[in-house]
Amino acid sequence: MSEFVAQLINLLASTLLILAFAMISQRRILSLIHLFTAQGATLVAATLVVGYATDQPHLYLSAGITLVVKVILIPLLLHRVINRLNVRWDIETLINIPTTMIIGIVLVIFAFDLALPISRLSASIARGTLGIALACVLLSFLMMITRAKAVPQVIGFLSMENGLFFAATSATYGMPMVVELGIALDVLVGILILGVFMFQIREQFDSLDISHLEKLKED
Amino acid sequence: MLTVEIVSGGPQLVWHHEFFIDPLNVFLVTLTSFVGLTTAIFSRPYMRIEQDHGKMTPHRQRLYHSMYQLFNFTMLLALTTNNMGILWVAMEAATLTTVLLVSVYRTAASLEAAWKYFILCGVGIAQALFGTVLLYMAAEKVIGTEAGALLWTNLDAVKTQLDPTIITLAFAFLFIGYGTKVGLVPMHNWLPDAHAEGPTPVSAVLSGLLLNVAVYALLRCKVLTDGALGNQLAGELMMGFGLLSVVVAAFFLSRQKDVKRMFAYSSIEHMGLITFAFGMGGAIANYAGLLHMTVHSLIKSAIFFAVGHATQKAGTQNMADIRGLIKVSPRLAWGMMLGSLAILGMPPFGVFASEFLILTTAMRDHSWATPFLLLALGVAFAAVFSRVQPMVFGETSLRKTLGHTPALLPVFAHLGLGLMLGLYIPPYLHDWYRQAAAMIGG
Repeated sequence: MSEFVAQLINLLASTLLILAFAMISQRRILSLIHLFTAQGATLVAATLVVGYATDQPHLYLSAGITLVVKVILIPLLLHRVINRLNVRWDIETLINIPTTMIIGIVLVIFAFDLALPISRLSASIARGTLGIALACVLLSFLMMITRAKAVPQVIGFLSMENGLFFAATSATYGMPMVVELGIALDVLVGILILGVFMFQIREQFDSLDISHLEKLKED
Repeated sequence: MLTVEIVSGGPQLVWHHEFFIDPLNVFLVTLTSFVGLTTAIFSRPYMRIEQDHGKMTPHRQRLYHSMYQLFNFTMLLALTTNNMGILWVAMEAATLTTVLLVSVYRTAASLEAAWKYFILCGVGIAQALFGTVLLYMAAEKVIGTEAGALLWTNLDAVKTQLDPTIITLAFAFLFIGYGTKVGLVPMHNWLPDAHAEGPTPVSAVLSGLLLNVAVYALLRCKVLTDGALGNQLAGELMMGFGLLSVVVAAFFLSRQKDVKRMFAYSSIEHMGLITFAFGMGGAIANYAGLLHMTVHSLIKSAIFFAVGHATQKAGTQNMADIRGLIKVSPRLAWGMMLGSLAILGMPPFGVFASEFLILTTAMRDHSWATPFLLLALGVAFAAVFSRVQPMVFGETSLRKTLGHTPALLPVFAHLGLGLMLGLYIPPYLHDWYRQAAAMIGG
């Protein structure tokens, strides 16, 4: 039984990692949002499995919060933003996609190496997955760096948050409830503010290209 | 009143141990409340003048004042919470409210500054969350999973049993995360933009308070790390990055044209100095670090108040266009002159006392660092003084009068306190610093 559960968690963790890679290689904003939603759903499933296997009822609650915030509310908001701003175009990346993928692989190896000594110490059934969580964080980081448009940057930011959340679930069976509630609130407020910003940036510059935001430099 | 009780009665825990007060945070709570109050007094005429200039609308005025209060709340929450997770949540919430404050003018430049600030600090502080997760993981082994494994008091009690491997990695992430908020050098890019493009009262509280709160978060982590590792790793990291910040910021200071940007770099320099002091550790350095935090936030906010009105009079933040303030508004000019001298470490102001303590400790314990510090302080002095001098004295072309009387009381109240701390530290306050310094391992 526990062997099966551990395998299931590993499967979900690898799904997260594959989704993170898919996001790096994806150029269309609409597909990016779909991928992000899928990542959120995988996270919910993983949290539920860990909660069931370890009999930690508060994990059900945190899975519920994730479901509402990351699978329903945020994608809905993002869809509304891109509809209103009419930005479904292909995104050009700063580094071409194959190179980004190779950098991504190097990052994953680095993350596994970093997490290895810690995974050994963990008592959690999902201990092998800490490396994957760290890899997801780093890959989202990479995505934020290589994208020049506002919406993909925000999605990268959110998917980084997904990776962190998965780290919390896999390493420690989730954070205390108050903390989790606070984090969810911060993320939701943050995305609302970013949404407002996107409209304002659009109004100011007639585009969502972040390269317009390079006026403030050291001279 | 609470302050008095803590100093005499020791730490207190309230509300199921979720909040706690000890000498270290009560001193920051008092400072934060005081500067928060004076900044609110200063904001009123300042923002009204901005409205007359057409930069603000009543709607934004409302947003500004409500966000300002929310910002103060999150900072006080960060200071008083006992839970490392809530500390993170409060820091993130403080970032969110200040992002709105920075972008309140809705100009292209302020939007850019706010976006950069959000993305950089958001990413930075996400690293701190990962650090917090790792910390929880280490704590859970010792304390168990029930609530309380993230409470700082519990962590502090078991800090020697925490697993060193996990804590090393956790501190690395926490350091990057909160270090971004402190404005340490490789992660400092957001700071000058946010200070220069936001409204001046916001620059004052960002510099004077938010950076202090971030240093506070870093200190809490350092105490745990020192306990768990039993070596100087945390201190050395803080010394290295602190020193780098001092030196780099000092050289950037000399290249600035915008007055608020210049003082923002001066904040980076002073935060570097404070981080360096806490990195050295030991009773004297910690004492000096705490003193420096106090005087820096008093004097830097006073400078921003004075600079704010000066830029309103001149209608620009470009230093080359602000000349001869002394002829237009002598009191404002003296406030700015004295503030700049104070922040540059001239005796008899408090900054001199704390910088002197930091330098002498550095000479004794880490003599290699002293030449860098002296050089940086010298460059900073030359840079700031040569800019402020013509702004205050030079030939004037300023003729504008403002619609509302500027509130100069906060400027002089802060400078007066800074002066007092340089000449004489009341024994009561002295004990208080000593207790706080002992808390962080003095």
